[in-house]
Amino acid sequence: MANTQSMCTSFLGELLSATHNFSSANPAQTASTANTFKAALYLASATLNASTTAYSATGEVSGTGYTAGGVTVTGATNPTSTNASTTAGVGYWTPSASIVYTTVTLTTAFDTMLLYNSTQSNKAVSVHTFGSQTITAGTFTLTMPTNSTTAALIRLSTT
Amino acid sequence: MLITTTKGEMDDSLLEKKEGSVDNDVENTTWTEYWLDGELVHRSAHVTLKTSPFTDLVGATLG
Repeated sequence: MANTQSMCTSFLGELLSATHNFSSANPAQTASTANTFKAALYLASATLNASTTAYSATGEVSGTGYTAGGVTVTGATNPTSTNASTTAGVGYWTPSASIVYTTVTLTTAFDTMLLYNSTQSNKAVSVHTFGSQTITAGTFTLTMPTNSTTAALIRLSTT
Repeated sequence: MLITTTKGEMDDSLLEKKEGSVDNDVENTTWTEYWLDGELVHRSAHVTLKTSPFTDLVGATLG
C-alpha cells in the first residue's frame, strides 16, 4: 500500500474532451470561468496513483479542523504554453498561492495531495507525494513549485 | 509569542521548541514542534514541492 506521484490517466483523456478548464479566459465550456479545483490530503497507507479517476473519501485524512474534500486551490494564473523547438513545447499551470490547511490535527501519517476538479464531478487531475507528516494543533502548508516549463505543478509536453 | 496548542493558546516561553528540515529532489520541508512536559502540543509543517508529475504527449506521424 503506497501512494504514487502521477498524472491521473483519466485526466489525459478528459483533456481531449475539454472536461477541465483551468483558465478564466477559456470559453471551451459553457461558463467561461475557470473550474474550481480542490486539494485533498491522503494517508500514507492509501493507494492513489495514475489509475485514480476521482476524489474519494477512502484513505483521506480526518481530524480536527480538516474538512473532507480538502481546500479550494487558488488558480488566478491561467495556463500557458511555450515552444521548446519547432517540433516540441510545454503547456503548464501552477496554483497561484500555497495550499494551506489552518489549525488542524492530523495524527495519522499522510504523504499525498490529490488535485481534483470539484466543478466537474470531482474528477482527478494529479497525485502529488511528499515525505510523511503529522500535524498537531498546527498548520500544514504546501508551497507550489515555480510556475515554469520545467517545474510547474501540471506540465504537458511534446518532445 | 502565543502558540496554538492542544491545550489552547500558550506563551512559547513555557514550551520546548524543536525544529527540523528535509531537503531532497522532491521537496524542501521544515517542521516546528512545541512540547510541554514531554507531551507534543503543537506541530506544524511546511512542504515546498520541487517536482511534479510530467506527461509527455505524442502526436502520431502520418504517412
